[in-house]
Amino acid sequence: MLELEFNNSVLTAHLSGELDHHSAAVIRKKIDSKTEALKPKTLKLDYKDVQFMDSSGIGLIMGRYRQMSLIGGNVEVTNVPPHLKRMFSLSGIDTLGVMK
Amino acid sequence: MKCINEVKFKFPAKSSNEAFARGAVSAFIMQLDPTISELSDIKTSVSEAVTNSIVHGYLGKGGEIYITVKIFEENIVSIKIRDKGCGIEDIEKAMEPLFTTGGDERAGLGFAVMQSFMDSIKVTSKIGKGTTVTLKKRITKNDP
Ligand SMILES: Nc1ncnc2c1ncn2[C@@H]1O[C@H](COP(=O)(O)OP(=O)(O)O)[C@@H](O)[C@H]1O
Ligand SMILES: [Mg+2]
Repeated sequence: MLELEFNNSVLTAHLSGELDHHSAAVIRKKIDSKTEALKPKTLKLDYKDVQFMDSSGIGLIMGRYRQMSLIGGNVEVTNVPPHLKRMFSLSGIDTLGVMK
Repeated sequence: MKCINEVKFKFPAKSSNEAFARGAVSAFIMQLDPTISELSDIKTSVSEAVTNSIVHGYLGKGGEIYITVKIFEENIVSIKIRDKGCGIEDIEKAMEPLFTTGGDERAGLGFAVMQSFMDSIKVTSKIGKGTTVTLKKRITKNDP
């Protein structure tokens, strides 16, 4: 569901499985406590292994974007699989400049 | 239009039931042999509506959620998701993309997703009584 990796001030969160309001709440708490402790410059959210996602997966990015802005860091979203593309384009999240 | 199959179920408005709800609807619809993308559209939309009942309708305090799935002739699926929660004051405004009363972690995209992923959506609501969302989609016939 979530694997965290810290390297050269980059915190990478590998997300997997089903991302909904229930699982996003658990993931958010884990990421935020790590971010608070490590103060990374960049938070990378890797969507490669996300099999299912509703709009909570977009809310997760928007929330982390705010959190990272507060400590002067940035967010990068990577490896969005084809089956999630429609959700991402509908959300307009690319206007935040986080899509890599 | 003739209804040829129907299932009804209810469950407590707990976030741990979100996966169950979309899974149960999707299992019932399997008999129509939907494409992977049709099934995913339906699961996503059900997840949005159920989450809304839990988060907004019952404000996280719990209650019952009622789902009715009907299959009509010509492969049309109708899914009704109902709560007896707080209701929506201005439905038109609530359905605008990015509108949310849910704070920082809500994207305000639930209704936009349901509108885009399903053929039609109908929302009825009464303050203090609750909200009903009816989603419809026609499944393409996979002729052998
Ligand atoms: N079942 C419901 N009961 C009460 N209010 C609701 C319900 N569903 C949606 N709403 C209202 O509509 C708004 C928009 O919903 P939605 O598009 O799903 O975005 P989000 O859930 O991210 O806020 C919600 O913030 C809430 O104010
Ligand atoms: Mg919603």
